[in-house]
Amino acid sequence: MIGIRNTWANRVSDRGMLYLFLLPTFILLLFLVIFPLIWSLYLSFCEYSANTANPPVFVGIRNFAFIFQQREVWDRFIVTGKFVAMAVVVEFFLGFFIAMLLNREFYGKGILTTLFILPMMFSPAVIGKFFRFMMDTNWGILNYILGKLFGIPKIAWTTSYEYALPSIVVADVWLWTPFIVLLSLAGLSSVPKYLYEAADVDRASGWFKFRYITLPYVAPILLLAVLFRTMDAFRFFDLVYVITEGGPGYSTQIVPFYIYKLAFSYWHTGRSCALAYILLIIIIALSNIYITYLNRLRRT
Amino acid sequence: MNEFQRRQVKNRVIVVVLVVMLGVYLFPIYWMFSTATKTKLDAFSLPPKWVWRPQAENFRNVFYVGGGGALGKVKGVEVKPKPSAFLRQLGNSIVVSFVSTILATFLGALSGYVFSRMKVRGKDDLLFVVLSSRMLPPVVIAIPLVMMYRALGLFDTRFGLIIMYTVFNLAFAVWMMRSFVDDIPIEYEEAALVDGYSRFQAFFKFIFPEMRVGMVATAIFSLIMTWNEFTFSLLLTGEKARTAVPSIAHSLGTAGVNWGHIAAGSFLMVIPVVVFTFLLGGNLIRGFTFGAIKE
Repeated sequence: MIGIRNTWANRVSDRGMLYLFLLPTFILLLFLVIFPLIWSLYLSFCEYSANTANPPVFVGIRNFAFIFQQREVWDRFIVTGKFVAMAVVVEFFLGFFIAMLLNREFYGKGILTTLFILPMMFSPAVIGKFFRFMMDTNWGILNYILGKLFGIPKIAWTTSYEYALPSIVVADVWLWTPFIVLLSLAGLSSVPKYLYEAADVDRASGWFKFRYITLPYVAPILLLAVLFRTMDAFRFFDLVYVITEGGPGYSTQIVPFYIYKLAFSYWHTGRSCALAYILLIIIIALSNIYITYLNRLRRT
Repeated sequence: MNEFQRRQVKNRVIVVVLVVMLGVYLFPIYWMFSTATKTKLDAFSLPPKWVWRPQAENFRNVFYVGGGGALGKVKGVEVKPKPSAFLRQLGNSIVVSFVSTILATFLGALSGYVFSRMKVRGKDDLLFVVLSSRMLPPVVIAIPLVMMYRALGLFDTRFGLIIMYTVFNLAFAVWMMRSFVDDIPIEYEEAALVDGYSRFQAFFKFIFPEMRVGMVATAIFSLIMTWNEFTFSLLLTGEKARTAVPSIAHSLGTAGVNWGHIAAGSFLMVIPVVVFTFLLGGNLIRGFTFGAIKE
């Protein structure tokens, strides 16, 4: 017992340990997240271009005023909204359907489920790039299969105004439907079996069982999934970058990609920071809901 | 047929339907493999060649410049293959993913323990700050980060990318590890504390080893996420420290694209992810909900 007490490690107090354990994490966050955020807040009130030697000039809220007046900024938000709506709706129904099918006992269930879930682990940039190849108008395999099986004439997937956004949706659906499958499966397996048995005794219809037993148990998790996917669509632009590069015209420029363009192609650093901050506020609002929801799930 | 048998038959039909759907669903991966192992001519031929002789040339050309036919003696001069940029980028990917994963998992384990077991003032707010660092769009902090990195000489260095990825994974690791520590019975420490160990000792002697499983799961997740990361690598690196993913997306993407190369490179990037995903098994759901839902 004496031996335990006399080491330096035993003199570390609980409080000391708390600081020792948390400090590295928060120093890193301070240095690489919080500090850049404060800096970009400052820049969002400045007229500044990062590729010139001129220092930032404070211009008040002019950047924000400019953004709100610009029709093209609103257009980007509309494109983002369209993309989120299309992608999430398809993923939701397809994913839930697959999960319903998977939710039964059979030999090889584990492997089959993991294989269905695989695509979501892949890099969107890599997959997107390959989808572009498969969706080529003339020698892409997608048009070939569509033509052979359904007699559909060749579609200019990634290069036409009508189909550019849907092609990104296709890739996004392929990548993220598994996410809905995964969460739906978790929801479905949380439904107590005896409820179904009781319903069987009462000769309830399949629809009744689905509506009054399955759905209430799965709904919270599905809501979580939809929220997560919505947030995601506001954050990343890999798919757009590799599949259409925002084109043709501006038809696939979702907001994060537009910010990237503003900052690193047009070099409107100040303006891009302002727009980034608007996006950030949207994301924080969404993630607030998300985390509140997560914590409620944790407690139950 | 009684009720039981009818259910059996229905089940079997559904499983067959599932297998067919899976086949259709994973077709792009099959096509990636087939494009990677076909000759340039075969890769573009329509109707597609369903039977072909697999060849490794694309893979070799991804790694070595001056491969493809020019190897050996050309006009009496020995032609040696030179390692390609992709080989270096793959090396960067490996180094950066592994180092940042180890750092993030270790720091995340420490913080996760504190958040799970100890009283921290403003705990919920701190946890929110941690998680929102993960939720924010990379492009938002990327703008000042690029300037900061250039000023500090961190731009286009592996070290710069490593610390960025550590932060990027840290949020996830903290939440994940907190949920794993929640699962460890509190009696372990209580017994150690009664024996006269300090909390600090008790942690390293008894709790830390118990966190193994959680740390492995967390580490695999971070590995996959760093391996796949695109935005930070695209913006914070140039020639030297760039990882493989943005280089597949980027440098090969101009006119006269050699899709066989891209398919081969992509396929190489996808393989480790498949392995890791199978290793994760039942922890998938937990990872994607930041520890909120357990299987």
